[in-house]
Amino acid sequence: MKAISFAGALTLATVAFAGDNAAPPLPLGLSPKLYELTVPKPPTPAQVALGEKLFNDKRLSADDSVSCATCHDPAKAFADGKAQAVGIKNQVGQRNSPTVLNALFLATQFWDGRAGTLEDQAKLPILNPIEMGMPSPEAVVTKVKAIPEYSAAFKQLNGRDVTYDDIAAAIAAFERTKLSGNARFDRFLAGDSKAFSAQEKRGWALFNGKGRCNSCHAGNAVSPLFSDQKFHNIGIAAHKQDFVQLASEAIRVVRAGDEQQIDRLALETKFSELGRFLVTRKENDIGSFKTPTLRNIGVTGPYMHDGSLTTLWDVMDHYNKGGIPNPYLDGGMQRLGLTEPEIDDLVAFMFALTSDDFQALEKKEFARQRGLKNKRPERDTDAAMGKKGNLGDLAPNPDIKNPADVGLYGPVVKAEK
Amino acid sequence: MRKGVKSIETKHYEERDSFFDGLRRMDRRGFMRLAGLSAGIAAAKGLVTPQSFQLISVAEAAPSARPKFSFAYISDSHLYKKELNDRFVRSLVRAVDDVNRLDPQPDFVLYGGDLAQLGQKEELDLGKQILKSLKAPVKMMVGEHDWFLDMGEHWRALFGEPQYSFDHKGVHFVTLMSVNEKDFWTARGMTPMERMQTVAGLDNGLQSRFEVGQPGREWLKADLAKVDKNTPIVVFSHSPLYKYYKPWNFWTDDADDVQALLKPFKNVTVIHGHTHQMLSNQIGNISFHGMLSTAWPWPYAPEGLPSLTVPMNRPDPFSNFDGCGDGRMDVLEGGLVDKLYNLWDRDPVTVKATYLASNGKQDRPPSSRLPPY
Repeated sequence: MKAISFAGALTLATVAFAGDNAAPPLPLGLSPKLYELTVPKPPTPAQVALGEKLFNDKRLSADDSVSCATCHDPAKAFADGKAQAVGIKNQVGQRNSPTVLNALFLATQFWDGRAGTLEDQAKLPILNPIEMGMPSPEAVVTKVKAIPEYSAAFKQLNGRDVTYDDIAAAIAAFERTKLSGNARFDRFLAGDSKAFSAQEKRGWALFNGKGRCNSCHAGNAVSPLFSDQKFHNIGIAAHKQDFVQLASEAIRVVRAGDEQQIDRLALETKFSELGRFLVTRKENDIGSFKTPTLRNIGVTGPYMHDGSLTTLWDVMDHYNKGGIPNPYLDGGMQRLGLTEPEIDDLVAFMFALTSDDFQALEKKEFARQRGLKNKRPERDTDAAMGKKGNLGDLAPNPDIKNPADVGLYGPVVKAEK
Repeated sequence: MRKGVKSIETKHYEERDSFFDGLRRMDRRGFMRLAGLSAGIAAAKGLVTPQSFQLISVAEAAPSARPKFSFAYISDSHLYKKELNDRFVRSLVRAVDDVNRLDPQPDFVLYGGDLAQLGQKEELDLGKQILKSLKAPVKMMVGEHDWFLDMGEHWRALFGEPQYSFDHKGVHFVTLMSVNEKDFWTARGMTPMERMQTVAGLDNGLQSRFEVGQPGREWLKADLAKVDKNTPIVVFSHSPLYKYYKPWNFWTDDADDVQALLKPFKNVTVIHGHTHQMLSNQIGNISFHGMLSTAWPWPYAPEGLPSLTVPMNRPDPFSNFDGCGDGRMDVLEGGLVDKLYNLWDRDPVTVKATYLASNGKQDRPPSSRLPPY
């Protein structure tokens, strides 16, 4: 605010006044305290408007073919429905596009958490040769500066010529407004007992009980994202046959102390499967990826960091058999012994975490996924039920009541809207 | 200049002096190795001349710190019959996979005792079956959980005598039977199963303390009498050969007598299981290393923790594997060992021989910022 020019000060002052500390109305289910902690200073409408424009602008990419919205499509709950992101010249990346909704609450960005803020996140895909392909931050600035509407808007907003940081800040400001709650789940907790079907209630009890989903995807009134925001190896990376070999190669490089080389490895496609390890260099992080939020999970498939699981039934099958064994598998992974009706209940519960704005999409997605129910590549009932393999003994079938009655979610804050 | 801060010139001259000093003391082979090494590093860093002379001291210290060979360890699997509990089975299988993946392969694997939970035939058979898939040869040690149902009958049938020694690449290895107990069962008229379950309990006033015992010590004395005092000695025992927290029977009653027998030797390492946790101890000339369990981690005892131990923090209750693991010992040219804890849900932790030998003054392993449990 100190650096603004005199000309811009007048307009800005009004905007800033209107925007300062005024939290937007929050969707049902999101904690005002969490918002306050995450966004100490809410973005101004001018920042947001500019950010939205940039978010949707394909001119940020090298050949004007891809924008942020290409992979984070507002109509698809800010994901893209594809297994792996597709960038310029139809190049296919290694990872699935996560939703932008509620991304402001995440402690780290990207599947491997290599960016700490939305600003840092916004900068990288623009420069990634597979994604938006711009050669350098300077090139992005030159291109944006040459577009008169942006040039003027940035000057008015910040009182100076556009910088790469300013571009990222504007995009991040827009993304900070992408809040999501308002699910059947939230209405049910807020007291609408009819919002949840019997199946969804059973699903939620299983989620907190036999399914052990809450080990990593715990949701509560304070942290309503259904993610522990940590990184776990659940074996998805081990779908690739050379995973152990890959990991040993990378460990050898790190032990030899050549960190530059591991950076190069990270860019090579197959090494991206080592996930968080490439960020921390800690053996414990090999093949681990961030626990995604489960809000809107029904409409943001396909699933996992590489989009390799098509439906939520596939996801349940994966967990039910205890994941894919590999030397770095998270110790919390074990077979679950869920029956078919129990899997259906859990999937129903997850769909009940969809925001009301996406009801039509939810209906469509649910029908599509259910249509694939008999095509289940991950299903291994014998492993899930312990008839083969050494995949862990089951916890006794819990006699768990509805978590809402037990008070597992914590006191629910009355909705603002 | 602030006190205690050396100027760049001072540092340069110190490094330079140590460089030339090192050159004087080095043999030709060492010099060639160093020359190749520093040229390689200089090239890799894009340097024309090495900016630091420090490399020399690292290379010079290398011969005694260089591993001669390594062996792996797996311990305390506490197997139940698979129908009762397959989690511990899964853990042991995992440890076997870990060891089979080691590159290069260890010379042998030491199994540290408590293969079974209640000494049952099925439990011991299952353990033997799983350990069979190890690529490297296995040396067995007995634990109290393996022994007190039939007083070792089935264990002996499967694995032979519980007390033996062998020589390997210039190191004398001794495997001790350290979990003998004084007869507390006959007078009480206990059945074998009652006896077994008493010993398997952690804190009870009934059982006596573990001991190597008079005959065991006599055997050890005779065995060591044949060994030159400069030969490195590695002793395996199930219980620690020191006195650590009597109420939980992490205690070996005649530890002092055993230590006395080991005292004349220059390099002595004792490796034990039983305590299921990271433990490091140094008593006189003897370095002690506690091994991890594949079944579960114990909390640290409320008192008496050896001062060189860098404790792990509390395991994650959501994870079956956290705080458990297996390991590797690199036997160094000098005779002592570097120990690597391969913790399954954490980063590996290495405890160097120099850390113990210097009584904690050098190479302290990184400790967790979280409190121990």
